[in-house]
Amino acid sequence: MSKPRVATVWLDGCSGCHMSLIDMDERLLDIFERADLVYGPLVDIKEFPEDVDVCLVEGAVSSEEDLHRIRQVRERTKVLVAFGDCAVTSNVPGMRNPIGVAPLMDRAYRENVTLNPQVPTQWVPALLPTSEPINRVVPVDIFLPGCPPHADLIYTLLDDLLSGRTPAVAGARFGR
Amino acid sequence: MTKTVYTLTIDGRDVAGTQGQTIMDVAEENGIDIPGLCHLPGIHDRGACRLCVVEIAGSPKLAAACVTQIAEGMAVTAHSETLQEYRRAATEMIFLERNHVCSVCVANNHCELQGLADDLQLTHFELPRIMPKVDIDASHKLFAIDHNRCILCLRCVRVCDEIEGAHTWDVMHRGLETRVQTDMGIPWGESPTCTSCGKCVQVCPTGALFEKGRPVASGSKTRRPFLPWLRVRQEERGL
Repeated sequence: MSKPRVATVWLDGCSGCHMSLIDMDERLLDIFERADLVYGPLVDIKEFPEDVDVCLVEGAVSSEEDLHRIRQVRERTKVLVAFGDCAVTSNVPGMRNPIGVAPLMDRAYRENVTLNPQVPTQWVPALLPTSEPINRVVPVDIFLPGCPPHADLIYTLLDDLLSGRTPAVAGARFGR
Repeated sequence: MTKTVYTLTIDGRDVAGTQGQTIMDVAEENGIDIPGLCHLPGIHDRGACRLCVVEIAGSPKLAAACVTQIAEGMAVTAHSETLQEYRRAATEMIFLERNHVCSVCVANNHCELQGLADDLQLTHFELPRIMPKVDIDASHKLFAIDHNRCILCLRCVRVCDEIEGAHTWDVMHRGLETRVQTDMGIPWGESPTCTSCGKCVQVCPTGALFEKGRPVASGSKTRRPFLPWLRVRQEERGL
């Protein structure tokens, strides 16, 4: 029997949740003895694969590209985990929501720029009107809040899932 | 003056209290934890947050424990799966009404709302957010108010009026537009009535009221042993 296929995805977040994942230290060896890491920022594969068993998604859905990616992830994944506060509540990326995209872009790319101010339109995906938690866009199976979630919680969650237990995310909380 | 003693049960436990006490008072005296965000021993209760709702046998309605007086033979249920569901829903709505971002909040790890979500195992939100655009008033030289974090418990209003006696804080507007205000809506720093005592900051359950110059998650403000004592002193003096 082939090993369960695990993926991780990085949307609009700071990568802190992935740092916390790596912070599992030697327990990474245990997890990836029992599962294959088939996609993620730590893997050099460009296209999100089919038939993923568990996917940890860090970050909020903030751009057209995030939206495209999360829909593809949902279609190809059995258990989708909202991984960390940005994925769960939109957290810091969501702080722009009351401001609106146009004033935000003006502030970032025009008001504080002295040389050739311009809003980028090429090579970067357009921002959505608001930055959204994943469960406002696609169904989520498990929520693991925290900024970031502690490595112990990530290990417990993956250990439970790989052992076929229903995960109890006790101890996970907003913020830290 | 003697007061009548009532006996009642809370979650099946036999407890007793005196006439005029609330269910919350008796629960606290007996070490029964009923959650609450607007309740604070030492200032008067207003039953606003609805987190202390309990079931009373024979009553078709839920009652807020902090504003419901005890009666002889009352059978109170303070903890059940249904009540936890209601409390979880109330907590979710409090979160979604303003912009609470725990990770970058001055009260991170010292916040009663964040702690409550933790206790109730509220791990995410199902309802849409309101995301209002609200202000921060940092005009006071020592303190600031961030309305993004305000849950309208009105502890600040009550402590300022009942304990400090300044009544700098009050409430303006209605519904979703409701805001706490200083002196008819003028900037806090220009308030002629504020004594800069800082009691409002100490009683605030979230990061709405905070001391300036403190970084994220910088420290607890939950130690306030003076409050019930001051209230007792006021009552003794007939104030």
